[in-house]
Amino acid sequence: MTKNILLAAMATLLLIALPAAAEGDYRAKAIAVIKKDFQPRGQASIDRLAEDGLQAVCNRTGNKPPKSLAERMEADQLAGVRYPADGKLMGDWKEGEKLAQSGRGFTWSDDPGLPVGGNCYNCHQISPKETSFGTVGPSLYQFGKLRGTSAEIQKYTYSRIYNSKSYNLCSEMPRFGHIGALKEKQIKDLVALLLDPESPVNK
Amino acid sequence: MKQSLIGALCAMAVMGGAFAQTPKKPVAKPTRQTAPAVEAKDAATIEFEKFRAEMEDSNPAELFEMKGEEQWKTKRGPNNVALAESCDLGQGVGKIEGAYVKMPRYFADADAVMDAERRIVWCMVEKQGFKFEDIAKTPFANETFTPDITNLVTYVAGHSRNMKIAVPLKEPKVREAYEIGKEIAAYRAGPYDFSCNTCHGADGKRIRMQQLPNLSTAKGAMSGVQGWPGYRMTGGVMLTHQWRMGDCFRQQRFPQPKYASDAVAYLLTYMIGNANGQVYKGPGIKR
Repeated sequence: MTKNILLAAMATLLLIALPAAAEGDYRAKAIAVIKKDFQPRGQASIDRLAEDGLQAVCNRTGNKPPKSLAERMEADQLAGVRYPADGKLMGDWKEGEKLAQSGRGFTWSDDPGLPVGGNCYNCHQISPKETSFGTVGPSLYQFGKLRGTSAEIQKYTYSRIYNSKSYNLCSEMPRFGHIGALKEKQIKDLVALLLDPESPVNK
Repeated sequence: MKQSLIGALCAMAVMGGAFAQTPKKPVAKPTRQTAPAVEAKDAATIEFEKFRAEMEDSNPAELFEMKGEEQWKTKRGPNNVALAESCDLGQGVGKIEGAYVKMPRYFADADAVMDAERRIVWCMVEKQGFKFEDIAKTPFANETFTPDITNLVTYVAGHSRNMKIAVPLKEPKVREAYEIGKEIAAYRAGPYDFSCNTCHGADGKRIRMQQLPNLSTAKGAMSGVQGWPGYRMTGGVMLTHQWRMGDCFRQQRFPQPKYASDAVAYLLTYMIGNANGQVYKGPGIKR
C-alpha cells in the first residue's frame, strides 16, 4: 500500500518533470539553431545574438521572473543609471518631440554614423497632435499633468527612459540610456516632452 | 488580360507613391487619455483594403506566377532538368496542387524540415545543379530584379489558392521544428532586448498605425501567412515569406538569418502551423 503510494508519487513527479525537461531542450536547440543560422550584416554584428544576464533571466522565465530575483536585478539596473552632472533633468520638449518621432537606429540598414531616434511613437501615445502612435506600451498622454514635475517625478522619468528595466525587469521597452542609444541631452529633452507643462502632452 | 494587368500595375505604382508620402493619418483629435480601440483603422488602411479588394481580379502576382510556371516546366541548370520532372514538394514528383499549404514538412531525402521556398531551392541545387551560393547571393527581389526562385514560389503558392493550411504537425520532426520555432520567437536579445514576441506575442497591439498579428493565436498566425508571397506596393516588388522573416529580424535589430536555413524554416513551421485549418487565399498584395 505505502509502496503503491510511493510509486504513484514518483510517477506523478516524473510526469511533472518531463514537460519541463523537454521545454529546456527546445530552448537549447533554438539557441544552437540561432547561433548556426545568422550572419552579420551592416552594423548588426553576430555578438548581438548572445543573451546578457537580464535577457537570459527573462527568456528562461517567460518574462515572469520570481519576485525576489526581479527586485534584486531591478535595483542593479537602477544603480547603473547615470544622471546629468548639472542636476537638471528637463530639457527642451520641442527637441524631445522630434526625437520621439524618429524610429531610426540599430537595424542592419541604418547608417551607424547617424543619430538614433527615440522610437517613442512606435509604441506610445504621447502628444495628442500625433495620431499615428503604437500601442505596445501604455499611453503617455498627460503624463506630467497627472504626476506633476517634482524632483522625484523628474528623476523617475529620467531613469525610466534611461533604463525601463529598473522598474520592470522584463519590460518590452529598450534600455535607451543603458545601451548608449540616447545621450544625456536627448533623455532630458524626452523628460521635458513628458513633464513640461508647456508640452502638448500636458495641455 | 495583360493590358489590364499593366494598367493595374501603373495604378499601383501611383498608389504606392501616395502611401509612401503619407505614412501618417490625417488630422483627428483624440482628447481621451487612453488609446482608441485597437481595431480602429486609419484612413490609409481603409483605402488600401478597398484598393486590394478591387485588385483581386487582376492581382499583379499573376505575372510572377506566369513566369514561375515557365521556369518550373523548362529544362534548366547545369543538369538540364525541369523541376516539373524532378522536384517533389511532398505530393509526388512535379505535383504542385496543394503543396504550398502542406509545407513546411519533413523531407527524408534532405533530412530537413523545409518550407516551400527552401524546398524549391533544394530541388534547384540537387536536381538542376545550380549552386546554392549563387541563389543565396541575391535571394529576394528589388526594384530592378526578381530572382527566379521568387517566381517559382509564387507559381507553386498559386496552386494552393483557396485551400486549407495543413502543416503536418503530428509528424515528430515537424513537431520538433514547431517547438524550436516557438522558442526562437520568444528569444530576446540584441541592443533593444527584442524578440519576435515583443511585437507579435499579444493581441491588439500596433506599431504606429500598423496592426501587429499575435502569431501565437490561430487568427493572428493566419494574418501573418495570408498574402505571402506578396506584391509589395512599397517599392513595387514581389516578395516571399522568407523575405518577411528576414525583415522582421532586421527590425528586431538582429543580424540576418541565413537564406533557406533551419532557423527560418522552424519559425515558419511555428507560424504556419498555428494557422492550420484556415483557408489560404493565394499570392497577394501587401502594403
